[in-house]
Amino acid sequence: MLIGIINGKVYDPKNNVDGEIKEIWIRDGKVVSAGDVDQSRAEMIDAAGLIIMPGGVDIHSHIAGGKVNAGRKLRPDDSRGHERKRMQLPQSRRVTRSGTGFSVPSTFKTAYSYVEMGYTTVMEGASPPLMARHTHEEFEDIPILDKGGYILMGNNHLIMDYIRRDEREKARDYVAWLLNATKGYGIKIVNPGGVENFKYKKNVTELDDKVIGFDVTPRQIIETLSWINDELGLPHVPHIHGLNLGLNGNFLTTAETLKGMEGRQAHFTHLQFMSYGGRMGKPVRSGAAEIAGIVNENPNITVDVGQIIFCDTTTMTADGPVQYRLHKLTGNKWFNDDVEAETGGGVTPCIYKKSNPFNAIQWLIGLELFLLIDDPWQVFLTTDHPNAGPFTCYPQIIKLLTDRDFRGEVFSGISKIAQKGALLPELDREYSLYEIAVITRAGTAQRLGLDNKGHLGAGADGDVTIYADLDDREKMFSHPAYVFKDGVLVAKDGRVVCERPGNTLYVSPDFNPDIEKEIRGHIESNYTISFDHYPVRRDELSQGKQIPCEVS
Amino acid sequence: MTKRRIRALREKFVLITGRTTKQAIGMHKGKESEAYIRAVTRVDMSDHDMDRLGINEGEDILLYTLEDSIEAPVFKGNLPEGMLFMPMGPVANRLVGVDTSGKGMPSYKGFLVEVERP
Amino acid sequence: MSTLIENAVCTFCGCLCDDITVEVDNNRIVKTKRACANGRGLFMEYDATPRKPLIYGKEVSWEEAIAECASILENADNPLIYGLSSTSTEAQKKAVELADRLGAVIDTTSSVCHGPTALAMQTVGEATCTLGEVSHRADLLVFWGCNPAVSHMRHFSRYSLMPKGKLVPNGRKDRSMYVVDVRPTASSKVADHFIQIKPGSDYEVLTVLRVLAQGKKVDADQVGGVAIEQLQQLVDRMKGCRYGAAFMGMGLTMTRGRDINVRELFSLVSELNKFTRFSVIPMRGHSNVAGADQVMTWQTGYPFAVSFARGYPQYGPGEFTAVDLLARGEVDAALIIASDPAAHFPRGAAEYLEQIPTIVIDPEKNMTAKAARVFLPTACCGIDAPGTYYRMDNISIYARPVVASGRPRDEDVLTGIMEAMKLC
Repeated sequence: MLIGIINGKVYDPKNNVDGEIKEIWIRDGKVVSAGDVDQSRAEMIDAAGLIIMPGGVDIHSHIAGGKVNAGRKLRPDDSRGHERKRMQLPQSRRVTRSGTGFSVPSTFKTAYSYVEMGYTTVMEGASPPLMARHTHEEFEDIPILDKGGYILMGNNHLIMDYIRRDEREKARDYVAWLLNATKGYGIKIVNPGGVENFKYKKNVTELDDKVIGFDVTPRQIIETLSWINDELGLPHVPHIHGLNLGLNGNFLTTAETLKGMEGRQAHFTHLQFMSYGGRMGKPVRSGAAEIAGIVNENPNITVDVGQIIFCDTTTMTADGPVQYRLHKLTGNKWFNDDVEAETGGGVTPCIYKKSNPFNAIQWLIGLELFLLIDDPWQVFLTTDHPNAGPFTCYPQIIKLLTDRDFRGEVFSGISKIAQKGALLPELDREYSLYEIAVITRAGTAQRLGLDNKGHLGAGADGDVTIYADLDDREKMFSHPAYVFKDGVLVAKDGRVVCERPGNTLYVSPDFNPDIEKEIRGHIESNYTISFDHYPVRRDELSQGKQIPCEVS
Repeated sequence: MTKRRIRALREKFVLITGRTTKQAIGMHKGKESEAYIRAVTRVDMSDHDMDRLGINEGEDILLYTLEDSIEAPVFKGNLPEGMLFMPMGPVANRLVGVDTSGKGMPSYKGFLVEVERP
Repeated sequence: MSTLIENAVCTFCGCLCDDITVEVDNNRIVKTKRACANGRGLFMEYDATPRKPLIYGKEVSWEEAIAECASILENADNPLIYGLSSTSTEAQKKAVELADRLGAVIDTTSSVCHGPTALAMQTVGEATCTLGEVSHRADLLVFWGCNPAVSHMRHFSRYSLMPKGKLVPNGRKDRSMYVVDVRPTASSKVADHFIQIKPGSDYEVLTVLRVLAQGKKVDADQVGGVAIEQLQQLVDRMKGCRYGAAFMGMGLTMTRGRDINVRELFSLVSELNKFTRFSVIPMRGHSNVAGADQVMTWQTGYPFAVSFARGYPQYGPGEFTAVDLLARGEVDAALIIASDPAAHFPRGAAEYLEQIPTIVIDPEKNMTAKAARVFLPTACCGIDAPGTYYRMDNISIYARPVVASGRPRDEDVLTGIMEAMKLC
């Protein structure tokens, strides 16, 4: 099966292609060089006047698993009025599945909506190891997209035990075992120590606070897990949601945590929520400039923004105390789940209003991060879906970044209190399409260690999105003209035309098998399921794809 | 069993239906098994009410609701006065109404029945 | 020659015990270790011998039976798919798919069990935890309107009352247990405190507890037959515990108020988190009903009572719930899987199933199957078929079969029906 896409303007930042008219050839699901093909047998697409990019790669989104599903169940109100009918696919007997949901869409709707926006890979932001099976079950019902999940480890009892006993090699072997057992993609750290402390109605606020019952610190947890990440040669880097999310003045601990990496590779997620200036008890102000400054000085750090969208959305994180605090603040219904020996988390609806000064400042902070972090290879586009807003609003953010006049218009409609003294009007920068391609696919794929994604060089997966070159970038990125996944046309004119399974990406780092005896003992003593039933087996994934680790 | 009415009771009781060990075990044997039928065709009443009404253990009584009536033997149960207990199942369900108050759930527990000697 | 299989999973109730040892001889389970009476019954009464499907009580081939199912569903204007409890998520997914592609109504046994619990969660939220948190942290247990000693027989010993845990090193001795119910039960017998309330008064008692928990006074001596003093003691105990765990059951969902009762308990638990840490776990009972909730929710957005008639999921407790549909005669065909509504529904609803063409998919010829037009005898998950099951606290386990099977699995039968109808 050979496809030739000609006459289109290609944006392929990894290969330094910046809007050149270039041919893209896809054979049997992979991008190949023009020289390798028999063009007479190709199906041709004339992309004259169109923009070609690799398929979108979302580095952080909550689409599958226990917490996400609790969010769906919690919010029939989010589903009503946001229904998607089942549809017969063109030239086919196949019918797509129906679904519902705006901020927490059901699985099929999630898949179709992402694909219809030109995304082909999405990473689930957080999965408790004990509930990894549930995440994978939902992945099976998210067709077309390739996906993988980060595994929560920052409040894991055995890891904290090993840290306390200064046995980091054992922690390393346990983490490797855990990634195998959960078929996970990477290490996720959420409020290290704080989620455990919340089970005692406490938290952590400083990197050197103690975790109750373990006597270790958040700093130690981050350091150890980042050492382990390196030791195991994982394709991604430690994915970190730090301390004090959402609190005034949290930019101080964020700054300390960023600097504390001391040159080690790390990815900091939804940084907008962590960049609040001012102090507790005082009005919030933006801390984006300070944080962006640190990111600019530290090329080992990447971030995704978690940009606020003014809408009615659902917050959900493994950060139990944050969700409880939000519930107390808003009075909205609150779901919480403490997960034995590992983690916790919660869900609560949240409305971001542009007339609300705090929400407006949150919105400003996100945009400032985008505009003040110089290198687009260090800053990625997310809304921490659905925490800051639904992923279906990504095109809106692209418009805000590429069109400063539009940005100015929206700015003038936000709370006057927030407008006062805001930095945003002074920020002239407009993202180019090249830079948009970096922050939505090239940069994210690179950071994930997915060598075959996010670019259009020979050997890349045939995940290609073709957009009309519209002035209104929001319209443009909402309805791509063509979306290819593994060289198969899956969407046309913004609608799914073909449904097929996607791959679940996972890693299988090596570990010393001697560790299993200790892990068995730990599980039998601390959990309520048996060691035998804890791991997810490879055959539970119908389309699993192992991504190699590179141990140096 | 005598049909002679000594005294028409027609007294109201609150009926609770629910699981019992015997009902569950009977289920495993099959709902046509003697064990199951026996397990679900019985009513528990407080010994105080049984004494007051002059009913002996194992005697049949009739239970009525607007839906239907059933006949089942009575046994002493650790219950407050005015309350009856029946194991959940097809016999008790003849008395349960279909009204779900718009929630989907019928009233399986805590509904009124009238009790009469057969 | 018998074989011993360790760590078999019992799929009978929401406890989902995965530490059962079974002894298999000649493809029958002849002995179990650690299983409760229900688990023993499940494992030992099951005969995996393949049986032929029945149409109108007569044996037919599988092809004929599937074709008849396809015909029934094709000719129906408003078919109902109901049950989904005692089967795997793999099968539940197929059932929802069938409903979606057909435009049918689909409801699960939640509607006559913890449906009101779902409604309460959707209104006020739910502060919950996994069972291991109870084993390792909880020093106070409150069982409200449930009787685990009968319904979840290993709950006390395996998860809640007895286990020695990290912060509960002395197990039972380190815990206080309250039972709230309208009558003494086997569970109240082992409690430290039994609060007997008048039937139908859960809502009032819970509301008063919430008021007392806020430090306010109530202008009454008693509520629901319980002295306010006694309730104040309970509140003080709840506020002062290290980690509290409440468990609730049909005593709240099946009585006057239904979901409103549960709402009060859930609100109380959430509010107690102002003072300490407190969680509530609904006592999901019927096999994999927790899994059915999860599958329905991730595929449609709603946990039960869904109609696909418009081409998309619509949520309708009271409207699309099975008892209501059957009582009002609003469906004209039914596919019952992994449940027995003829035994468990009010008669007024159950008898309607005899008036419409009904298909039953189940390992056993249950009461519903007796009056059904088609009966498809499938394998039993966890015994002769594998499958994923969800525990009452939503942890999932993959249950492997312990005996060999010649029977088709539920998901294969459902796929066969869809293929026969050219729906997939």
